[in-house]
Amino acid sequence: MTAGSGTETAPFTPRPGAAPLHRMVLSQTGLEIRMVLRNGEQLLLTVFIPVLVLVLFSSIEFMNLGNRDRRVDFLVPGVLALAVISTSFTGLAIGTGFERRYGALKRLGASPLPRWGLLSAKLLAVMAIEALQVLLLCGVASAMGWSPHGAWYAVAVLLLAGTTAFASLGLLMAGTLRAEATLAGANLVYLFFLVTGGIAVPLSRFPGRVRSVLEALPAGALSNGLREVLRDGSSLPWGPVGVLAAWAAVAGLLAARTFKWE
Amino acid sequence: MAQPAVEVVDLVKRYGGTKAVAGLSMSVPPGTVTAVLGPNGAGKTTTVETCEGYRAPDAGIVRVLGLDPRSDARALRPRVGIMLQSGGIYPGVKAAEMLRHMASLHAHPLDVDELLDRLGLGPSRRTAYRRLSGGQQQRLSLAMALVGRPELVFLDEPTAGLDPQARRATWELVAELRDAGVTVVLTTHFMDEAERLADQVVVVDHGVVIAAGSPGELMSQGARNTLRFGGPHGLDLTGLQDVLSPDSKASEVSPGHYLVEGTIDPHLLASVTAWCADQGVMPRDLTVESRTLEDVFLELTGRELRQ
Repeated sequence: MTAGSGTETAPFTPRPGAAPLHRMVLSQTGLEIRMVLRNGEQLLLTVFIPVLVLVLFSSIEFMNLGNRDRRVDFLVPGVLALAVISTSFTGLAIGTGFERRYGALKRLGASPLPRWGLLSAKLLAVMAIEALQVLLLCGVASAMGWSPHGAWYAVAVLLLAGTTAFASLGLLMAGTLRAEATLAGANLVYLFFLVTGGIAVPLSRFPGRVRSVLEALPAGALSNGLREVLRDGSSLPWGPVGVLAAWAAVAGLLAARTFKWE
Repeated sequence: MAQPAVEVVDLVKRYGGTKAVAGLSMSVPPGTVTAVLGPNGAGKTTTVETCEGYRAPDAGIVRVLGLDPRSDARALRPRVGIMLQSGGIYPGVKAAEMLRHMASLHAHPLDVDELLDRLGLGPSRRTAYRRLSGGQQQRLSLAMALVGRPELVFLDEPTAGLDPQARRATWELVAELRDAGVTVVLTTHFMDEAERLADQVVVVDHGVVIAAGSPGELMSQGARNTLRFGGPHGLDLTGLQDVLSPDSKASEVSPGHYLVEGTIDPHLLASVTAWCADQGVMPRDLTVESRTLEDVFLELTGRELRQ
């Protein structure tokens, strides 16, 4: 190195300081979004499978859902719920589990970004990805002749409540289990909800008692709630919102208590 | 004297039943390089990670820049740079992307491109972390510790796994940090690294400090010179001890093998050979050697540094 001005000869002269909080959170959010979009397996789960379910199940006569228009009306709320599950639960849990394994969470824990700032960034990234998924699914659905009903704010409240509930469950899993166990478990739960969450199979096809259990699970609550608004045109359905809020509160508290950063 | 940059007093840290750190004390003056030296499992990383706020002490006091690493974490984090022993980086993130992100968390970061070039990572800017070589990964981790312009850095085995050239470059960087007024605490199990870099060496084993001082002090205190010779076994050494200076000590370490420890100078050598002549003994294999830090370490711990 050549001698020059003070900053060139002594670049390491201490000048510590944290960036403004919003800049830290935005930077972390951007990083999280780029990591998700770069991850092929996760994109398969978040983008491809919901679209596939929508196109395939509305095109073929399946489960006696009625004519094609009725099938689309039934399926769109379901695949929107599936999109929320894939990103805020499965994707978040697997991603966070491996970040924990790789020590990335540990390292960031020593950076000026506070831990709640890191969590906020993760939630913002999840919501950004979900917004892309919703746009894509609504676009595909429109092309198939879908016409939504109900108020958009009600849909937004349901998506937000669902995201909070599933993200809390995902972080609870990622913060306590080994990364491999989270990988397996999160995919299993995704499959379980795909079948029992009122997504492609109406909950009315299940026997009465099983059905009331499934409606109290977050996937059933989210898909039923979305269906009540988007298909049936009802206003904000408080029952499903309450179920999701309860799951969010319980899982969120447990996650906050048990989450291990390394 | 100025307030120490790091002060550890009687630190105890248990994992389950075993004490990883068992009453360790050390003090790091600001603007210096301190090497925490010891074999694997000596408690180096636990000590450093307690200073970084990752672990709560079971007993004892830890102060970093005068603050508590856990309760004052918010205030400390921008001021302290850390390099973990391994990992800490997303496998899919690109080198420049990770460093730029770390820079964005700080108010007055270093120029990211200059730092990458300085560490030889310029050509790997767009390479994903998992595709970097081990040495490149180490250097990126080091860059992340420095980019926020901290006043104190903890480097946990910064040169482990580096080739000689990269090791040397890291040494130069550490010297530059000190010149710029940054306090450096690093762990290592390389004796030469501690000797070369450190103003202060803290030798740790079984969770306690067994020796501390400048490399020079450690050599002269712990590593006294020795004189060895062979002869018939069972010689009475009291006469020899009488003619030696009080700080020297003669002993028969094994039958027929004699050891004189102390400041070995020509006078002492003359005294020993004169005593041999009086005894009618011809000393065989008479050797004078000065022990290295490596020997001191072996003597203090009964173990090789690198196993």
